[in-house]
Amino acid sequence: MLTVLANLLRIVRPYQWWMLLAAILGFATIGSGIGLLATAAYILAKASLHPPFTELQLGIAGVRFFGIIRGVLRYIERLVSHNTTFKTLSKVRAWFYESLEPLAPARLVQYKSGDLLQRITADIDILENLYARVIAPPLTAIMVTALMWIWLGTFSLTFSITLFIFHAVASVGIPLLTGYLNRGTATKISAVRTDLQTGTIDCIQGIGDLMVFNRFDDHAQHLRELKKRELFLQRKQALVQGSHESLIGLLMNGAVLALAWTLAPTVSAGGINGVYAALIIIAVMASFEAFFPLPDAAQHLESNTAAGKRLFEIVDAAPVVTAPEHPEQFPAQNSIGFDSVTFTYPGNHQPALSNASFTVNEGEKIAIVGPSGAGKSTVTNLLLRFWNPSAGKILIGGTCIEHLDPETIRQNIGIVSQKTYLFGTSIRENLLLAKPVADDEELKQALAFAGLEPFGSKLDQWAGQHGMNLSGGERQRMAIARLFLQNTRIVILDEATVNLDTITEKSVMQSILELCDRQPAKTLLAVTHRLRNMGQFDRILVFKNGRIVEEGSHHELLRKNGLYASMWTLQHRNVPAGILTGS
Amino acid sequence: MNLDRRLLQLARQNPVPFITSVLLGVLAGIMLIGQASFLSRIIDALFLKNTGIEKGLPFIALFAVFSILRALFSWTSESEANRGALKIKQSLHERLLNKLSALGPAYTGSMQSGKLSARILKGIESLDPYFSQYLPQIAFSLLLPSAILAVVFPSDLFSGFILLASAPLVPLFMVIIGKAAKKATAKQWKTLNRMSGSFLDLLQGLTTLKLFGKSRERKNFVVETSEAFRQTTMKVLKVAFLSSFALELISTIGTAIIAVSLGLRLWSGSIAFESALFILLLTPDFYLPLRQLGKKYHAGMEGVGAANDIFSLLQEPEPEQHGDTGLFSSHLHACSGEPVRFDNVGFSFNGDNTYALRHINCTLEPNRTIAITGPSGAGKTTFIDLLLRFIEPGEGEITVGNRNLRNIRREEWLQCISWVPQSPYMFNATLRENLLVAKKNATEDELTSAIEHARLGPFVSSLPQGLDTKIGERGARISGGEAQRLSLARAFIKDAPLLLLDEPTSHTDPLLEKELLTSMNRLIRGKTTVIIAHRLNTVKEADLVLVLDNGRIVQSGTHVSLMKEDGFYRTALQAFQEDVAC
Repeated sequence: MLTVLANLLRIVRPYQWWMLLAAILGFATIGSGIGLLATAAYILAKASLHPPFTELQLGIAGVRFFGIIRGVLRYIERLVSHNTTFKTLSKVRAWFYESLEPLAPARLVQYKSGDLLQRITADIDILENLYARVIAPPLTAIMVTALMWIWLGTFSLTFSITLFIFHAVASVGIPLLTGYLNRGTATKISAVRTDLQTGTIDCIQGIGDLMVFNRFDDHAQHLRELKKRELFLQRKQALVQGSHESLIGLLMNGAVLALAWTLAPTVSAGGINGVYAALIIIAVMASFEAFFPLPDAAQHLESNTAAGKRLFEIVDAAPVVTAPEHPEQFPAQNSIGFDSVTFTYPGNHQPALSNASFTVNEGEKIAIVGPSGAGKSTVTNLLLRFWNPSAGKILIGGTCIEHLDPETIRQNIGIVSQKTYLFGTSIRENLLLAKPVADDEELKQALAFAGLEPFGSKLDQWAGQHGMNLSGGERQRMAIARLFLQNTRIVILDEATVNLDTITEKSVMQSILELCDRQPAKTLLAVTHRLRNMGQFDRILVFKNGRIVEEGSHHELLRKNGLYASMWTLQHRNVPAGILTGS
Repeated sequence: MNLDRRLLQLARQNPVPFITSVLLGVLAGIMLIGQASFLSRIIDALFLKNTGIEKGLPFIALFAVFSILRALFSWTSESEANRGALKIKQSLHERLLNKLSALGPAYTGSMQSGKLSARILKGIESLDPYFSQYLPQIAFSLLLPSAILAVVFPSDLFSGFILLASAPLVPLFMVIIGKAAKKATAKQWKTLNRMSGSFLDLLQGLTTLKLFGKSRERKNFVVETSEAFRQTTMKVLKVAFLSSFALELISTIGTAIIAVSLGLRLWSGSIAFESALFILLLTPDFYLPLRQLGKKYHAGMEGVGAANDIFSLLQEPEPEQHGDTGLFSSHLHACSGEPVRFDNVGFSFNGDNTYALRHINCTLEPNRTIAITGPSGAGKTTFIDLLLRFIEPGEGEITVGNRNLRNIRREEWLQCISWVPQSPYMFNATLRENLLVAKKNATEDELTSAIEHARLGPFVSSLPQGLDTKIGERGARISGGEAQRLSLARAFIKDAPLLLLDEPTSHTDPLLEKELLTSMNRLIRGKTTVIIAHRLNTVKEADLVLVLDNGRIVQSGTHVSLMKEDGFYRTALQAFQEDVAC
């Protein structure tokens, strides 16, 4: 826990002075609260002795001063601490992005199915209160403890020690005690919540199956029990948490009595003026304001370190691919060569590609086909340097890609994949990704090329969350517009049209082929399992179990009567392919 | 005051914990007043009158006892409010589950499941602070200051008036600044959410950024957006924090005024020290409940927001209640021998004139295969949903033999049906449990043969723990094709006389596809089958083909008869054949 905390603190360290300032302001606020009540008590005690009026004036000024300054200080303190919170949050985000960036996508595929990213942002949001709820309260409490120690010390060290014992129990003992009583409860609650979440989603998504099998009530009963357990654990947690205030309050009263007890003989002996004794008692009460948030801080510490730990676990993985120190120039030639490439995904026994060799000449159009799991997508993953091959070499224009900067490789390869991701920004921003310097004319040209003319006048339109304001076909066309802007000499299509209906598919493919035919001719690599219009490719590579089993043009392969031919027959003889049903 | 009537109603249904909580809280307040009184006597006796510790002892003892009692009362008060909130959460959870069951798959299918589950889980949880904190605090903010006033007035009229006069300032400022702050904080919440939303967007699009070689430079974007959000949010907060500033100021200045006035009267000898100190000690506690109300107001706001979502779900109109006459229970499998007749059936989702299906007349003869086809949105799924009774006809009737389907208990009817949907749901449980949903007491032999029939043997043996492997979200990932075969296996196990099939569309593996079709044909044998067909062969083999378009049956007949007639069916098939030929 401590190492996680230390690591977290290192990330937000640039703002240590801001944090200190906010903590000092917090201390000053509580200090002026102490001052207000202490001077008020002083006025009363002093006045009851009927001194000359001038002796009261100091107290009156003090009361006025503290009364006003406390509100002002509180206001400034809240502004500064929120400002610090936002600054640390932005630092945490930047740090996390910076650490995660080299890991994508290779190190993250293992998380793909779950909603890892949702979890990450939730964890980062938890770290939002790292400063205000975890770091600040103890800092303030320490300062208040020190202030009271020094001030009481001017009367007698015994007073300092007496109060210190109570302060120590409040700041260490109570959080330890309640932490002990609630140990593991938070973890159990979050475990039950996860079960409840999956169970509820199961129930919603599977409601049809559940009803048909007459199992809905069983499942609902299961959810009821989970909820009951969650509520039981919450009750346990609340009982302990609810005692914080009472316990600190008890300590406060204990401190008051203990000090009254130690002060009384000194006052009787004339060792201290009774007025000051009254003032001390009231100040001691006020000083406990700093200790009320501490038990909660201990719990926030737990949730923050847990969140931090999860984040560190993700980003502590070593990146799969690193850039060479002195990358070579990107080659002018755009041929592609795989030379006995073998690759196994971590955790798998079967290689995804074994000993695959092929070349794609400049300007050639190649299709890669085969059943799922044949290794088709691995070819693109390796070419884009998301992974490194276990054995063999991959060449672009005769240069081994290991000698190239991965970022340069990706900038020089245009790709349209199955799902086009659009950012929740404007259409313009989404296009500029492909060519940051493009002017509106170029963007409109690109949109027109991709068959999206109407969007030319809507460049500032919001693309929606994940581009949901656009239909599937429009999103794929956006990818083509990006491709047009990027104007790379190598183009990869990775199941680019799989989610489109027949008519849209045809026109999208036509646009892409047209783009590839523009001079200078582009090298095209198309990965697909749907065998449509295969005559348009110069050559087809048929993959099965990570190996190339057939190679040739569409007609050659049909004549061969092998795997390709049987795939083609099945897809075309039997299936009206959604003509009737539109799927 | 933000007292949502619907939420109050929930508390009223279960009032005991809240009443107890308030009573205990008031008792704690009385203890506090006692403490203040004893402490002022202790200080007076020990420090000013210098009477020695013996004279102060009874007060010290009383102070200690009251301290302990106060701690106890305030703890139990909080715990009672918490108990009340938990009870409400539990009953709401129950109501939402029942609602879900009543609304059925037709409703859940129309909503994002994530949103719906968030309402049920997060929505309920965000009501907690409303009940456990905000509601009791409203009572405290009235009762505790009143109690303090009640003891201050007899001791010192002047201080009582100051407190009484300044108290209304607190709600006044809360309303004035609160209004500005409310807008501001709502805005702040939105910006915060947008900020974490845009960060999520960035993470999800990370691979895309990489593809464009732009991922490294985006770090600056993270910093810039966070910074921009910080600046706008801080501007907002400068206003929002004014309310707590004002509250703080009223409380501290009130304390200062009372201290000075008490001091002056002490000096002139018109008040005793112990009463003066007693009043001073109570002054901060007079303002405290009001200030806390300001703090908890936001928790209350959030609860009202969540309540809107929850109550709108609870108020969704439920589909018609299903018949409950139990006519069918005596002869469960009777439906296998009975034709199912659609008699001018119509259905619209909103109950208005936009019909998903209309004027449907057809008969599903026993042991025949009926293929349904037509473009997407034609109403094929609605047709199946009617048979599954996820929805009931808005017009016309469906009859089984001579009985109206409405008069048959839905549970009984569903026992006659096997359903293989396009994307069957796999529960987050073991493979065995996922198969046993079809028949709780299926034997091992039944399971084995169903797995065999559905061509799942190799898949099951490839799993680390075979049938006892966990599948679903957190278990081994299964592909869409495997899920469909599992659903077929369920149908084999259930062996119901009426089979509803949504035929799988394209698959990547030709061999697999062939096997799947073989096992489907095996399943169909000897059953009344309704199949949403995607394959030419399926349509060719069907005894009856219904062509749906725009919610109506536009053509019906066999493949052969339909090919002879001029219409949608022939046009579509011919267009396809031309496409293949090229």
